[in-house]
Amino acid sequence: MSTAEKPSYKVIGTRPIRHDGVDKVTGRALYGADIKLSRMLYGATVRSPHAHAKIVRIDTSQAELMPGVRAVITSEDVPEQGDRVVELGEGAVNMRHLAANVMAREKVLYKGHVVAAVAADDVHTAEEACARIEVEYETLPPVLDLLKAMSADAPILNDDIRTESIGSAPSGSDQQTNVAKHFMFEKGDIKQGFADADIIVERTFDTAMVHQGYIEPHNATAHWNADDKITVWMSTQGTFSARQQTAELLLMPVSSVKVVPMEIGGGFGGKISVYLTPLAALLSKKTGRPVKILMSRTEVFEATGPTPGSHMRVKLGAKSDGTLVAGEAWIAFEAGAYTGSPIGAACMCVFACYDLPNGQVEGFDVCVNKPRTNAYRAPGSTHVAMATETLVDELCEKLKMDPTEFRIKNAAGEGTRRVDGPVYPRIGMVETVEAIRDSEHYKTTLDGKFCGRGVASGFWFNVGLKSSVSATVNSDGTVALVEGSTDIGGTRTSIAMQLAETLGIAAEDVNPVVVDTDSIGYTDITGGSRVTFSTGIAAINAAISIQEQMCQRAAILWETDAENVRYEEGHLVGPSDQRLSFRELAEKLRELGDAVVGYGTSGSETQGGAFGTHCVDVEIDPELGKVQILRYTIAQDAGTAIHPSYVEGQMQGGVVQGIGWALNEEYWYDEQGEMHNPTFLDYRIPTCYDVPMIDTIIVEVPDPQHPYGVRGVGEVPICPPPAAIANAIYDALGIRMTELPMAPHRVLAAYLGRNTDD
Amino acid sequence: MHAFDYKSPEVLAEALQQLADSDGSAKPLAGGTDLIDQMRTGRHQPTLVIDIKKVAELNVLECAGDGLHVGAATPCYRICGDDNVQQDYTALADACNIIGGVQIQSRASVGGNLCNSGPAGDSIPAMIALRGICVIAGSAGTREVPVAEFCTGPGQNVLADNELLVEIRFPPRPTASGSHYRRMIPRNEMDIAVVGVGASVTLNEAGTTITDACIGLGAVGPTPLLAARAGECLVGQTVSDATLANAVEAAKEIISPITDMRGTQEYRVHVTGVLVRRVLETAISRATGDPCVVRPGH
Ligand SMILES: Cc1cc2nc3c(=O)[nH]c(=O)nc-3n(C[C@H](O)[C@H](O)[C@H](O)COP(=O)(O)OP(=O)(O)OC[C@H]3O[C@@H](n4cnc5c(N)ncnc54)[C@H](O)[C@@H]3O)c2cc1C
Repeated sequence: MSTAEKPSYKVIGTRPIRHDGVDKVTGRALYGADIKLSRMLYGATVRSPHAHAKIVRIDTSQAELMPGVRAVITSEDVPEQGDRVVELGEGAVNMRHLAANVMAREKVLYKGHVVAAVAADDVHTAEEACARIEVEYETLPPVLDLLKAMSADAPILNDDIRTESIGSAPSGSDQQTNVAKHFMFEKGDIKQGFADADIIVERTFDTAMVHQGYIEPHNATAHWNADDKITVWMSTQGTFSARQQTAELLLMPVSSVKVVPMEIGGGFGGKISVYLTPLAALLSKKTGRPVKILMSRTEVFEATGPTPGSHMRVKLGAKSDGTLVAGEAWIAFEAGAYTGSPIGAACMCVFACYDLPNGQVEGFDVCVNKPRTNAYRAPGSTHVAMATETLVDELCEKLKMDPTEFRIKNAAGEGTRRVDGPVYPRIGMVETVEAIRDSEHYKTTLDGKFCGRGVASGFWFNVGLKSSVSATVNSDGTVALVEGSTDIGGTRTSIAMQLAETLGIAAEDVNPVVVDTDSIGYTDITGGSRVTFSTGIAAINAAISIQEQMCQRAAILWETDAENVRYEEGHLVGPSDQRLSFRELAEKLRELGDAVVGYGTSGSETQGGAFGTHCVDVEIDPELGKVQILRYTIAQDAGTAIHPSYVEGQMQGGVVQGIGWALNEEYWYDEQGEMHNPTFLDYRIPTCYDVPMIDTIIVEVPDPQHPYGVRGVGEVPICPPPAAIANAIYDALGIRMTELPMAPHRVLAAYLGRNTDD
Repeated sequence: MHAFDYKSPEVLAEALQQLADSDGSAKPLAGGTDLIDQMRTGRHQPTLVIDIKKVAELNVLECAGDGLHVGAATPCYRICGDDNVQQDYTALADACNIIGGVQIQSRASVGGNLCNSGPAGDSIPAMIALRGICVIAGSAGTREVPVAEFCTGPGQNVLADNELLVEIRFPPRPTASGSHYRRMIPRNEMDIAVVGVGASVTLNEAGTTITDACIGLGAVGPTPLLAARAGECLVGQTVSDATLANAVEAAKEIISPITDMRGTQEYRVHVTGVLVRRVLETAISRATGDPCVVRPGH
């Protein structure tokens, strides 16, 4: 569906076969675990069995005596960081915390926290050696509950944390605390806003910690060469970020580290931080040999970066004509062991879909004895969408207003100022709601006992940041495109298509490769839905440079000045109407001066935001509390869909993860802080039997900041599903679910009118 | 994983000898779908793994005058693909059909499911309902134990270190009988039972009165359970909602479920009631000749 008159494109909007497709479907693509180097050693880690404890003593002697064991490291081998805060591309990071997360120093802060690592001739020997390392702990009371962690008498996790105030939050005290950050954003007059409201709804919500659930576990192989150059092979969302983190953790210059990206089996925000890389590097330094370490699934769950559990209280007020007048939110997120939850983003997203005149948002980043949380697809936005979109549904019910009508009436648009300050450029919130309203799905009535329909919207910022590409014209008329953005969602192709469109050649005539940090200019992470947008702009700039160079080469051929040559739809046109195709000129380049190489960079901070609106039908077994998804339609503003299949794939993938988060996924902890379900058997991501075909409606409201109007599409589709499903459950059973996941036992307990017992 | 020896005997006597010689440090491997994972995580560390898949007696699948014989190592795909099992021992087919996916079913055995003795093993309530008898061989000879008495605790059973489960034998099925196994799982596939219920019902000729019933329950106690009174209270009763409600109450009386990551205790009690009723309804329909196809997850 297109909302604006769309320029006619030749490549954009088509669906070429992905350049890396053959390697992926034939199993030839090399992932992190596939690397094998001569004389390579295998690493394994010793991890804390306790959620909160002091490390009293570590005795590695028995492990070191084992035949086949080549090196053992503990925190003594990891450089001291002191009080350093370093800008790591996704924000400032406290290096002491980052180092302690990689290898615990005085304390362990979650079960699975690394305390030692071993390199041996094979992985079995390494694991056996780990079992022989004796660690004496003095256990401390685990802090697992968000609200208890915030109380003044809670045991303290990190003695160096004081509350940092952001926005209009009052400045914090100098007391030790688990509350690392306190956000406050305000707009208008909140008191007056609620005083003016005819209807006010307010609820408290809780959501469980969940994991991204990527298929490929974390991995790292490192070789510390005799000249102090370190090469790392790993699957990562950002080679340059991994390089910088590794260098900073090892107190080495960035230029001494080269990160070689392997294919990546999913990241969703969880493969930005480094975990194993510095350990592999330090083990390699000790042995002089390459060391490879892989995580097990249990290690991935227990000790990487899930997204936080949350506690939220949200309140909305509206006039009886359906105008939203006030919104208030109080949001606390589990940071995990160290500060860094996406609470800031959550505070900015909570009312982001609406034109809200009066708002106040307060947020807290709270340390608890769980793994340090990390980004997960639109970090923070899914939590708050669950709250706000449930309340919007409740307002619609009370106002007897259609949920699409209410959203259209109150939608944020160009010029709307968000509660946290920024004013929107042209955005497509309203268009996504209209697309749902006009969809076949929404127009079809849903019959059936215990069936219900729900609607919800969601927002994600999308970021710009820096990218670099280079592109060389080959003598056969093809272009070799070199980029630094690791390809998670088909971006080799979506970048190649933008280069092809700009040059007027076929997507198949571009050969994209993703290369290591020594072989391409600086490129930020694959994250924030930025690659098709930002690396796309870099590719367009490289193509424009190639156009200019091709005009110059044609000018040499036609013995005229370059300004007399025009570049038109993949052709060079001379002053007396001479015409050569891109390929024809490429074939003659050998005689026409310098090699033709285009470079392109990009670096805008922001892009236009992404919005989506979803509609879901469910059927519930009222005796079992089990929710089946019958039908699902997602409408999302993609700006301009470069490769519609990949846009649809992102939309569907986000919805599936959202369904998992909504219905079954959760970290199930006991009182000692042990996660009881660190496997895919009991950490239930949806199977293909749990999701129907997800129908997609691509809305295209071009982003003026991108030459072709691209908006990032990867993240926002995960935001609405929990709320949409909660609203559908309400429609079916008349119960408002305020806790995620809406697992069968919770739905049943709510339906039977009891309180859940956990 | 630790280092271990591997043997694959082709004769039962040889397997038993190897088992006896190893003094409790060996583990039989049928499909290996439980054992290999338990060795990987270090829960079991046998020094010898005896692959029993090549022993003929452990691979039978025969329906004869004296009933059905299922070799302990016979893979699930053969069991649920067998016409006799589908027709007459439908609860067993139902169970084998939902244990894992295609890959698992082509390796996993009901013998392994039973010897693993997990409270939630899907084949066990079905085999209890069908009144299966375990045929066990050891150096001292052969003995028989009802499936309902085989498991003694989570991961524990009546087998001595030197004993092998050879087969599970099921009595012949009377006419007008039907059976069913069903579990509650939060997803629709690839999951472990929150509650599992197997039931077998025989009706009189008119199809109105229950003449025999047997109910097995899974995941609601330290072992799979025979709900003896629940079955008995149905005998001689006409088929009605009230009759089934009595069985539901009797079944709930013997369970002692826990709260864990798969469900709360309260939820399991409730679901036991729902499933006992639904499973009996399906078993009764099947006894009247209606095949009742069940969708995964429902
Ligand atoms: C992906 C996956 C999905 C699964 N899904 C399910 C499911 O849905 N439902 C379910 O119930 N289970 C499930 N399981 C567990 C497992 O597949 C079953 O329990 C299976 O029936 C085990 O059979 P096996 O032949 O593989 O046993 P094995 O692993 O070979 O053996 C299991 C145990 O029994 C012992 N043993 C085996 N045979 C004998 C014998 N003849 N005599 C004495 N001891 C013996 C072994 O030593 C071992 O201790 C799943 C497993 C996986 C990996």
